[in-house]
Amino acid sequence: MAVIDSPRIVTARAGYEDSFTLARYLATGGYDGLRKALTMFPEDVAKQVDDASLLGRGGAGFPAGRKWSMLRKAPISYLVVNGDESEPATFKDHFLVERDPHQLIEGIIISAYALQVSQAFLYLRGEFALGLERVQQALNDAYELGALGSKIFGSDFSLDLVVHPGAGAYICGEETALIEGLEGKRGFPRIKPPFFPAVSGLYGEPTVVNNVETMANVPWIVLNGGAAFAALGGGRSTGTRMFALAGRVKNPGIYEIEMVKNTFRDLIFDPAFGGGIINDRAIKAFIPGGVSAPWFGPDLLDLPMGQDEVAEKGSMLGSGSVVVFDETSCVVRAAWRITKFFSRESCGQCTPCREGSGWIERAMYRLEHGGGRMEDLELLLDLCDNIAPGLSWPPQQTTICVLGSSIPSSVHSAISMFRDEFALHVTNQGCPFD
Amino acid sequence: MSHLRIDIRQRAEELVSLYPRPRSAMLPLLHLVQEQDGYLSEEGIAEVAELTQTTPADVRGTASFYDMYFLEPVGKYVVSVCTNIACLLAGGLELLEHAGTTLGCAVGATSDDGLFTLEESECLADCDIAPCVQVNHRYVRTTTPESFDTLVGELREGKRDHEIPSHGTLIRVRRSGGLRAPKSEIASERAGAKAAREQRAAETA
Repeated sequence: MAVIDSPRIVTARAGYEDSFTLARYLATGGYDGLRKALTMFPEDVAKQVDDASLLGRGGAGFPAGRKWSMLRKAPISYLVVNGDESEPATFKDHFLVERDPHQLIEGIIISAYALQVSQAFLYLRGEFALGLERVQQALNDAYELGALGSKIFGSDFSLDLVVHPGAGAYICGEETALIEGLEGKRGFPRIKPPFFPAVSGLYGEPTVVNNVETMANVPWIVLNGGAAFAALGGGRSTGTRMFALAGRVKNPGIYEIEMVKNTFRDLIFDPAFGGGIINDRAIKAFIPGGVSAPWFGPDLLDLPMGQDEVAEKGSMLGSGSVVVFDETSCVVRAAWRITKFFSRESCGQCTPCREGSGWIERAMYRLEHGGGRMEDLELLLDLCDNIAPGLSWPPQQTTICVLGSSIPSSVHSAISMFRDEFALHVTNQGCPFD
Repeated sequence: MSHLRIDIRQRAEELVSLYPRPRSAMLPLLHLVQEQDGYLSEEGIAEVAELTQTTPADVRGTASFYDMYFLEPVGKYVVSVCTNIACLLAGGLELLEHAGTTLGCAVGATSDDGLFTLEESECLADCDIAPCVQVNHRYVRTTTPESFDTLVGELREGKRDHEIPSHGTLIRVRRSGGLRAPKSEIASERAGAKAAREQRAAETA
């Protein structure tokens, strides 16, 4: 049975038309978390987040508290918040930025206080024109209110927060590429090690990079305590999480649900969420966590939606986006389009990614549009194997960043699950669904 | 003599002052150039180089990496139709093809009257209202060929200009107040916090 009454932590104001205004925010407990945090020692604030076991909501799922504590050896210079949401079919950050910018800003201020930094940056996708306007307006209001700037709420803590507009580059969601963008350069991911910007980040200084949704959870955690957050969900997956449901479902949208308590079947079919497949057709497959994730078949619909549960089955919750294919969806076409995306967005630094993505895209194109050959299937798998040797999960990496190792997911999944359909594309010399 | 209009030049200088290093203002400054010129003009690039203390080659080299910057003039309205996975499943490719017919231009090209440039875009993060269409990066939420044609008609008549301003994602973004706290103030705050931490450690020991 679907659990539909879990607390709304980050989407509590979703029902209000004016959810983005300061007036609504203050009327619904806004900035109370910050006021409370300022009465605490910074390390106690950090401890609450650590106790909450809040996993980063950007895609990798690294515990936010650990990211912060690793840094305490050297003082942190900058807090950078990643709002460059571009993973296809992911639209949760868009929602948070446009609909509740004050919650995000409050989370950033509290986190900056916990980390004792005086300069924070919010890197927002340039395509979010309205989001940029709403966040800047909210920032102006926050400065006016005294929640930002010099001596916040009369305390001994000052912070400046700058909104930085991106300019259209998926790769800038990778934290080191994002830092390059913030330094005014091409968004080339940096060579690791150092693995963490905490060691060397913006201008080579210790930097913490967190996702927008991660930040949005912080005010609630401080107000209610890390233990209350950790009591929700199960295992390592604590709290609630926003899932962006898209594709062939009746009610696509954002659903904040308690981690682990619901299965993919609940999310896709329950009337409170997805409401089932369009025209009540059969479900063919689904992507559990963004296009970088390997696909699942209907046999895994009853899997609980938790980070480790999904990882055990060879995929990931990733960015929290679930895409549903029905029986009329062509998987060759879907995998071709996803590969075209990676080919377009590859930054071009590493050969396996730059050349491999284009090669796979061309082979997939001819399968879908006529001209495909039976031996293309083995060619595709070989190309995938060259990018991520062994085609295991989590993938082996041959490139500077994980964009490369994300390329094979869709093609490998499609061929493994629907080899017959690929063969049909060859014998039919084009897509049988057209 | 500044190529940027006096008001935009002023905003540009304010942007530079927000960052610890001038080059960090590169991306927002390029958005300002597009706001004024509609694309990244030679003169605009030169001025961004001056403001960021780089060279025009640095600026052009950086700008060419990012999809939102145009190195050649484009139409008054840039129409972006998403065909990525969620939109693909909702008929994004078909809508893109229809858009080309309605606007009378191929993907990547500008219509003869200079009004429209059509783009096939990657995911625009609005996947529950698919296929997603943006005009000058404003969500217009026209998911059917019919509603798309209505939108184009209204754009031609200038009826949507209040909600769809011309280029520049920062065109209506203004920062007010919020100057950085002086370095001395920050230093004294951090020293205070450190002393409190040490005192606390001594008390618990």
